[in-house]
Amino acid sequence: MALAFSEKAEVHFKDLVSRYPNTLAALLPALHLAQSEFGWISVEVMDYVARRLELHPTKVLTVATFYSMYNMQPVGKCHVQVCTTLTCALRGGYEILEHLEEVLGVRVGETSADGNYTLSEVECLASCGTAPMFQATFSDGEIEYFENLSAERVDTILADLNKRIATLPNPAEMH
Amino acid sequence: MEERFLSRNFDIPNAHTLAVFEKHGGYQALKRAVTMDGDSIINEVKKSNLRGRGGAGFPCGIKWSFLPKESDVPKYLVINADEGEPGTFKDRYLMELDPHRHIEGCIIAAWALGIRYGYIFVRGEMQHAIRRLEAAVKEAYAKGYLGKNILGKGFDFDLYVHPGGGAYICGEETGLIEGLEGKSGQPRMKPPFPAVVGLFQAPTIVNNVETISAIPFIIEHGGEWFAAMGVEKNGGPKLYGVSGPIKRPGVYEARSGITVRELLEEYGGGMLDGHELKAFIPGGSSCAVLTPDKLDAVMGFETMREAGSSLGTGCVTFMDTNTCMVRVAARLAAFYHHESCGQCTPCREGTGWATKVLDAIEAGRGRPEDLDLLLDMCSNIEGNTICALGDSIAIPVRSYIQVFRSEFDAHIKQGCCPYPAWTKKRLRSSVAA
Ligand SMILES: Cc1cc2nc3c(=O)[nH]c(=O)nc-3n(C[C@H](O)[C@H](O)[C@H](O)COP(=O)(O)O)c2cc1C
Ligand code: SF4
Ligand code: FES
Repeated sequence: MALAFSEKAEVHFKDLVSRYPNTLAALLPALHLAQSEFGWISVEVMDYVARRLELHPTKVLTVATFYSMYNMQPVGKCHVQVCTTLTCALRGGYEILEHLEEVLGVRVGETSADGNYTLSEVECLASCGTAPMFQATFSDGEIEYFENLSAERVDTILADLNKRIATLPNPAEMH
Repeated sequence: MEERFLSRNFDIPNAHTLAVFEKHGGYQALKRAVTMDGDSIINEVKKSNLRGRGGAGFPCGIKWSFLPKESDVPKYLVINADEGEPGTFKDRYLMELDPHRHIEGCIIAAWALGIRYGYIFVRGEMQHAIRRLEAAVKEAYAKGYLGKNILGKGFDFDLYVHPGGGAYICGEETGLIEGLEGKSGQPRMKPPFPAVVGLFQAPTIVNNVETISAIPFIIEHGGEWFAAMGVEKNGGPKLYGVSGPIKRPGVYEARSGITVRELLEEYGGGMLDGHELKAFIPGGSSCAVLTPDKLDAVMGFETMREAGSSLGTGCVTFMDTNTCMVRVAARLAAFYHHESCGQCTPCREGTGWATKVLDAIEAGRGRPEDLDLLLDMCSNIEGNTICALGDSIAIPVRSYIQVFRSEFDAHIKQGCCPYPAWTKKRLRSSVAA
């Protein structure tokens, strides 16, 4: 089936394009929109975005792979990204990562077998004053920071996240 | 506590909404600014000694005066809200808690400089800040502070919020402009500077979030008042961050010219119990590391240079005596390697090589000649790259080796790291690709 933005996304897309003197400048926000619509940035999605912005698909590929927020492979419904840069490391960021590996049963870079969680390391997210922290990115495009973490707090947060992602689509099946 | 300005609205419930912002005096500075001409505003900003808050500390008024007055194409204002320098976390608060103040600053800048369009480039991960800014922009349009014929002055200004894609290098102003144009964030050669050839090839002013959030106060109280809230050449109140193993990490407002000791003890509450200070970085990971004997250094651009480092973003990271300085250097090198855009060979290759050598020393596989090798690498990177990211790894790595040489030697001699590890397991020690 050919890809197409939902009605709501279409409105958002038109608004985005109207903000710039050319269509190329809308590429970064358009890729964010496409990722929340289609789950991840496949070749098909890049072709679609290229067509909609009247750009060459290789331009879209170059840009999508330069930045860290665009998933070139499907991830879990919730992508847990733990900051391990200096301040977080000083306040237990690596221990949080290790704890998450145990609780989620995955290693860094992996997705759980049920497709619910992907665990990654990420660089400083400007939460150093509330370190350690992780960022959760959901398959509906929502992003949330969880700060001042401890192993116990991570367990409570995960219990909430489990409920929250129950109704979310699996990015691998979104297109 | 001193009187607060930049952070004055942080504790007021719903100060991010237009109604509450206006109730507390919001947009009064704009109303005043439109009774002044552009040159008088630039003059006040010059008198204020407001230095860029993004890290480089360029005097804001002087930067503004570089923007050509006449231009055949529309001029742009670009706000650097990419806040990615490790250890830095102040702009986020301004955007999330007081977005209208920032927007007011943008409109005043546009009025003073004859700018037609503005973009706030916010790092894509900061969704909360993006939503707050977008909602505030919408309210400002509805109230006639943005759009056509602002305050009946025949002045048009459109402002948009633009999300980044996730890349530290988009914090560098020309990398940011490339990113905003929809390209990979690879910095441009300077000159030409953005004031002459910037966004969409047009004259462009790039300023940090905090720099622009300070503008309404300069209009309200005057440039001289602002300058008086600081030390020589460093004007105004400023946001500082304190982080690491201390009692009250966070963002605090104080005058320019406070000492590091005051920040740590009076604001940060001192080190956590049982932790002793070993080292600190004054303003983000690109700054050289300093030892406790420099605690009385004043937080100004010149004074921090005299102390052997730089003020950077003014967000200080403290480290305790349990911290292995080799590991810190290795972790920071890995960060810069990961974030190098890859255009310049010394930066692309040097950051990777330095990471490998530092990782090897940390793992107990270092050789005595490695330290000279690293220092040599630093000299070969520094000054030989398109943007300052190259310097941002050379300067700190050299400083860790110079200031904590005995620690590096101990790793090499003993063949292991004498400090407690960051984890029980052996996770990847770095995120280097
Ligand atoms: C590698 C690198 C990263 C930077 N990151 C940021 C950043 O995240 N935020 C910022 O405001 N300035 C950053 N800067 C500084 C900008 O290039 C530029 O000096 C600043 O946006 C100018 O604004 P100001 O004069 O108001 O400080 C960075 C510079 C370099 C070399
Ligand atoms: S110094 Fe590094 S980050 Fe800067 S342009 Fe060169 S390769 Fe890119
Ligand atoms: S070091 Fe983790 S948020 Fe800055």
